[in-house]
Amino acid sequence: MRLFKRDRSKKMPAFIGPLFAVLVLAMILAITNDRFLYIANIMNILRQTSINALIALGMLMVMLTGGIDISVGSISVLSGCVMGVLMKSGVSSDVVLILAGLMTGILCGTLNGMLFTQMELPHPFVSTMGTLMIFRGLALFITGAAPISGFGSGVLFLGYSNVFTVIPASFVLVIVFYIIMSVFLNRTALGRKIYTVGGNQEAARLSGISVKKTLNFTYIMSGFMASVAGIVLIGRISSASPIANETANMDAIASCVVGGTSFLGGKGTVAGVLVGAMLIGVINNGLDLLGAQTDVKFMVIGAVIIGAVFLDVVRNKAEEKSRRLAQAKAMGDLEAGKDGLTIG
Amino acid sequence: MELKNITKIFPGVTALNDMSIALQKGQIHGLIGENGAGKSTLIKVLSGVFSPEKGEILIEGEKTHFSNPIEAKKHGITCVYQELNIAKDLSITDNLFMGEYVKSKIGLLDYRYMNTKAKQIMDEMGQEIEISKLCGQLGIGQQQMVEIGRSILLDAKVIILDEPTSSLGEKEAKLLFEIVRKLKEKGKAILFVSHKLEEIFDLCDVVTVMRDAKHIATVPASKVTKDQLISYMVGRTLDNLFPKTPSKSGEIALEVKDFSSVGQYRDVNFQARYGQVLGFAGLVGAGRTELFRGIFAADKRDSGEVFINGEKQDIKNPAQAIKGKIAFMTEDRKLQGLVLSESVMRNICLVNLDSLKKGLLLDYKKIKKQAEDCVSQLRIKTENINKVVGELSGGNQQKVVIGKWMNVDADIYVFDEPTRGIDVGAKIEVYNIINKLVEQNKCVIMISSELPEIIGMSDRVIVMRSGKIMAEIDRVSDNFNQEDIMKAAWGGKL
Repeated sequence: MRLFKRDRSKKMPAFIGPLFAVLVLAMILAITNDRFLYIANIMNILRQTSINALIALGMLMVMLTGGIDISVGSISVLSGCVMGVLMKSGVSSDVVLILAGLMTGILCGTLNGMLFTQMELPHPFVSTMGTLMIFRGLALFITGAAPISGFGSGVLFLGYSNVFTVIPASFVLVIVFYIIMSVFLNRTALGRKIYTVGGNQEAARLSGISVKKTLNFTYIMSGFMASVAGIVLIGRISSASPIANETANMDAIASCVVGGTSFLGGKGTVAGVLVGAMLIGVINNGLDLLGAQTDVKFMVIGAVIIGAVFLDVVRNKAEEKSRRLAQAKAMGDLEAGKDGLTIG
Repeated sequence: MELKNITKIFPGVTALNDMSIALQKGQIHGLIGENGAGKSTLIKVLSGVFSPEKGEILIEGEKTHFSNPIEAKKHGITCVYQELNIAKDLSITDNLFMGEYVKSKIGLLDYRYMNTKAKQIMDEMGQEIEISKLCGQLGIGQQQMVEIGRSILLDAKVIILDEPTSSLGEKEAKLLFEIVRKLKEKGKAILFVSHKLEEIFDLCDVVTVMRDAKHIATVPASKVTKDQLISYMVGRTLDNLFPKTPSKSGEIALEVKDFSSVGQYRDVNFQARYGQVLGFAGLVGAGRTELFRGIFAADKRDSGEVFINGEKQDIKNPAQAIKGKIAFMTEDRKLQGLVLSESVMRNICLVNLDSLKKGLLLDYKKIKKQAEDCVSQLRIKTENINKVVGELSGGNQQKVVIGKWMNVDADIYVFDEPTRGIDVGAKIEVYNIINKLVEQNKCVIMISSELPEIIGMSDRVIVMRSGKIMAEIDRVSDNFNQEDIMKAAWGGKL
């Protein structure tokens, strides 16, 4: 029976282009710059990429529903600052501090979700733009605008230490989270519901899926992932700073978009986001090695985002066309009576 | 203006078949027909939205062709659609001159001229309103006047009005008629599409009836009766497309009491029984879909109670409706039924995803089995279950929508326009599915705008018009025929 054969025309995943770009770029850098392939440098890329990769993973969830969360940078900073303030006020247990940080992220995410689903603000861009400023302001307020240092090794470990002597602990954390999230999105009912809500909200609702609960969950996850990144950030700069991580929002969105996540929702993969984050990391590192300053970096990464999205647009158009062709063919088969339908 | 032998084909459907119509200067031409008879397509060909495959368009005897609405406008043809094209946050002047702005010598907009002209046009139509008012503050009737004002501004020769009174009150409608008559006196050719026969007799000089994408008759309105027009619209013999199986009347499954929602439906009461097909007939916009969206709690209602198996249910959202064993196969499969970018398998398992788990994780063995069983049972034509639903033909997409609900343990199945836009073969398969449900003693409710389908498949028919139940007709009744159902749907008494 033709019905159950494997589909050979299975489409290439969306991140193949960016992955190819990462490899080509890495090759060019390896040839032109002998420092690039040093283990230390590669590990440095992984370390630099970790924070963005963690935040982008939460962003992916939100973007899959067709939303956006631009408050993630502020949440990561606020989480760290809450930990710092608690530490200064005498909390010495690293476990308690970490839990407090994560809790902060979850609360911030819950607020973002409620503003959108309960208060029905028109678009999450608006609600999270508001919380972006509120959370950042709150971080400045509770710290008195000064960084807090002196964390214990338990808190610093994630952003600072290596496992197996060379591999950054933060990147191990990234891999663990990416595996969990991949399983979650593909193999649990809630994970699939996120895709459904993004693909067609009305169809999801009429199929009995609680759209609001699903949306709330994604914002909570986004806040949670931002707070995980906030803890890693403390380890990297060995302090909780209320003014750090300012471009985190845009970096995370860029990683998702470069990795093939659709702004309209319903489309995007965990692997794609990792590739997107890696591409941005490798470009940043390469430009560093070439001695480029922030100005050049901004321009190059900006161009890469536009290029990646343009590729996506072209691919979507081609897909749309092949879909219409397939549909026309299906209609043609019907008319020619190849369908095996019994008429009359 | 004249259309000659126009044919327009969409994939799988012939929307206009050898259609001809002639609009004369200074004449109001009525256009009527059942849902799906091809009226909308005709309007869209007239106004340049669609180009026909065959046939010609003549304007004042000259052959013309337009490939878009702007070219049609240049030829003096304008259309006021049922859904108004009004920018609510702009003033009356801005709306009137939209796309036709008048500039002064130095290249800025000449508001002094535009305001004077706007005032003059609105006065002409008997609308004494401040023209700087935003259109969003106007009533629907006045917004419509602004649209008609555009046609006057352009000095259009042909004005098409697509069901202009559907959202107007009686007073507003009267005012509209006066304006239409004035336009007629000015020598405009007017095409008036309506679902209300009284209006046709009140206003039109000639009437054209369409049926099944074809021209049926063009007659002077003064020389024809209501019943004649209805028989023109229906005038079709039932073919044996409907494999109806005999059914028995079971217990009451669903009872709806005093259902109301402002502007959508009023005081609706009905019962649906197990082992039967209850048909809901009516014209598009009669409030049938809205009623069932209310019952399913997809939209809020103002008042009303739902009883399932005699017990009062408090259904607040679709999830609770599904728990109450109602399955609702929505009318628009692309917008409400399917996630087009996802696979056949994922769409089929949309409703009962929570029951397809093994521990915390989804059980893909079960999911695949359910999808494969569904594909073979409903004979969905797809290469495999991983194919993206958007790539299937319309009929097969419809079967996926149905399939999605077959795995839910429901008792009451609501089909909203189950065969719209699908070919004959697939239609019969859908009917067979309905029959199977009836054999299993389920309660089936079928909303359909196709009369033959209603007659062919229903055990009982409820006819709605403007949100109210007009008639309830049993299969054994003398009134169980297309003419009488049509009569009720058009507001006549049985």
